[in-house]
Amino acid sequence: MKGNEAMAEAAIRCGADGYFGYPITPQSEVLEYLMVEKPWERTGMVVLQAESEVASINMIYGGASTGKKVLTSSSSPGISLMQEGISYLAGAELPCLIINVVRGGPGLGDIQPSQSDYFQSVKGGGHGDYHMYVIAPSSVQESSDFVKKAFEVAFKYRIPAMIQSDGAIGQMMEKVELFPQITRRTDTEVIAECGSWATTGKPTTRERNIITSLDLIPEKLENHNHKLQAKYKEMEANEVIFEEIQCDDAEYLLVAYGTSARVCQKTVQLAREKGIKLGLFRLITLWPFPKKRIEELALTKKGFMAVEMSEGQMVEDVMLNVKGKAPVEFFGRSGGIIPNPTEVLNAFEQKFRR
Amino acid sequence: MDIIKTENLVYKKTDAMTDKALSYCPGCGHGTAHRIAMEVLEEMGVIQDTIGVAPVGCSVLAYEFMNIDMQQAAHGRAPALATAIKRLWPSKYVFTYQGDGDLAAIGTAETIHACNRGENIVIIFINNGIYGMTGGQMAPTTLPNMKSSTSPYGRDEAMMGHPLKITELIAHLPGVHYVTRQAVHKPTEVRRAKKALRKAFEQSYAKKGLCFVEIVSNCNSGWKMTPNQSNIWMEENMFPYYPLGDIKVDGQLVK
Ligand SMILES: Cc1ncc(C[n+]2csc(CCOP(=O)(O)OP(=O)(O)O)c2C)c(N)n1
Ligand code: SF4
Ligand SMILES: [Mg+2]
Repeated sequence: MKGNEAMAEAAIRCGADGYFGYPITPQSEVLEYLMVEKPWERTGMVVLQAESEVASINMIYGGASTGKKVLTSSSSPGISLMQEGISYLAGAELPCLIINVVRGGPGLGDIQPSQSDYFQSVKGGGHGDYHMYVIAPSSVQESSDFVKKAFEVAFKYRIPAMIQSDGAIGQMMEKVELFPQITRRTDTEVIAECGSWATTGKPTTRERNIITSLDLIPEKLENHNHKLQAKYKEMEANEVIFEEIQCDDAEYLLVAYGTSARVCQKTVQLAREKGIKLGLFRLITLWPFPKKRIEELALTKKGFMAVEMSEGQMVEDVMLNVKGKAPVEFFGRSGGIIPNPTEVLNAFEQKFRR
Repeated sequence: MDIIKTENLVYKKTDAMTDKALSYCPGCGHGTAHRIAMEVLEEMGVIQDTIGVAPVGCSVLAYEFMNIDMQQAAHGRAPALATAIKRLWPSKYVFTYQGDGDLAAIGTAETIHACNRGENIVIIFINNGIYGMTGGQMAPTTLPNMKSSTSPYGRDEAMMGHPLKITELIAHLPGVHYVTRQAVHKPTEVRRAKKALRKAFEQSYAKKGLCFVEIVSNCNSGWKMTPNQSNIWMEENMFPYYPLGDIKVDGQLVK
């Protein structure tokens, strides 16, 4: 199964209520798969091809505001168009899932795999002080599993979640073990779960529910920002996920995620064959970032090299958290090029003059 | 005080409006349009089954005044929100309330496509020929030669384009079932507009397609007039360009 198809199937299986999206390569298989599968017959899930990504993200806002489990998917230029909507979703504290199968940029760029949307995913992208939960799969299996995981976190914290995949993982075919179908909630169950805040129609028994990101009184808006920041702090304490691959005895660490982490895993193997004690620190959540663990590792490792399919974005967060305790180098390819394990190793040896 | 008895009651503010003081300029039509929309929903007894969408514009705070569950949309995107709400909750009454800048400029695509898909929602469109909220800039609906802060010498059609009759435009789409243009500046018009709103809510709920109620309204502040002057100016200038009455009934264009 392709990564994109696995995410679509996972959306149906995790009991999603609605998908709204607009075609763009390399992620159109998500919408195509759903249209073939007819989830409205399987589970009652709504699927709609919107007129644009601007419309899609605002459909997500409308749906999420009613407590329903909704998602959209797109690729880089489409995600850029969604930024105002994402900011509104974050401001109004709405749970939802946005999938970005990243392609080369800037501009129309190309349709090859890339990781150059890291800044946009984790540093805002839209306006205002906000974060999304951002999780990056590095296999088709994780593409499926993370749909479920992302929705869980989104609803737990009432925060928009993003899966940042890339053109390689989206298009790649791998074996995948799908989780069993979770029953879609009934309207009554949605009201029981989300009725305290969601707009599901005002019964006489409660005050009206309002979904808005507007607060014209500066002090109130600042308080709202403080509330958001407290939630982000809590997530930084509880929701960081990463994987340490041969890090224990390593002198040096590669830091990577997604497709570049797969490449780096091979690089680690090649390095070890040459007697170089190299390990791989794989980010799984891009936000929250594993700040504490990177800071700890900086005390015992001789150096870090961030490897990205971009001109260097995540490396800034590595540096921020290494806090000058160890050298941090960078190797990246962009334009939709996937680095090969040998060139990563060569870059490592050159940078650390071995 | 003896006369305060249920049987003597001749008028009561609808419970579907909150007690909050309206933020609108005195004389503005927005307040009346809010009230009659809420009266209709209350009279139909469907408050608990209604979800409304407020725009960005002077009526951005509509959710402060309408005593129902509401969402506030990004500028122009209300029909996209309403599309998702109605599809996910087909048993609800779903409506948007939008100004002319919101609906016919920045949100043109969302408006046309929601109409074209025949979403079973109501769009209430307040056309005051200007951007009220941001201080009286030119709107897509601003009349030829009409002055605004961004057309200070009047709208020059050669340079600034023509006033957009979006209502006539969407009336041609097969997904749209009922289209009407109303006003709320006089009691007779208010009564007519209320009837139109009721029909719109009933027919969209009956899955006949999208129902679109334009209300040509004044913006005394933006037009730089007294409320009364603005209503006279509206009758003399807006109504000839945007004639009141039904445009499409039961899926058929009128005339
Ligand atoms: C993306 C975006 N662009 C611009 C604005 C600024 N803005 C707020 S209201 C408005 C115009 C509203 O005019 P209209 O829809 O006619 O409503 P009215 O105030 O006249 O009722 C504009 C341009 C905004 N809030 N968001
Ligand atoms: S600015 Fe115009 S539209 Fe806005 S409240 Fe005042 S009169 Fe009404
Ligand atoms: Mg206006």
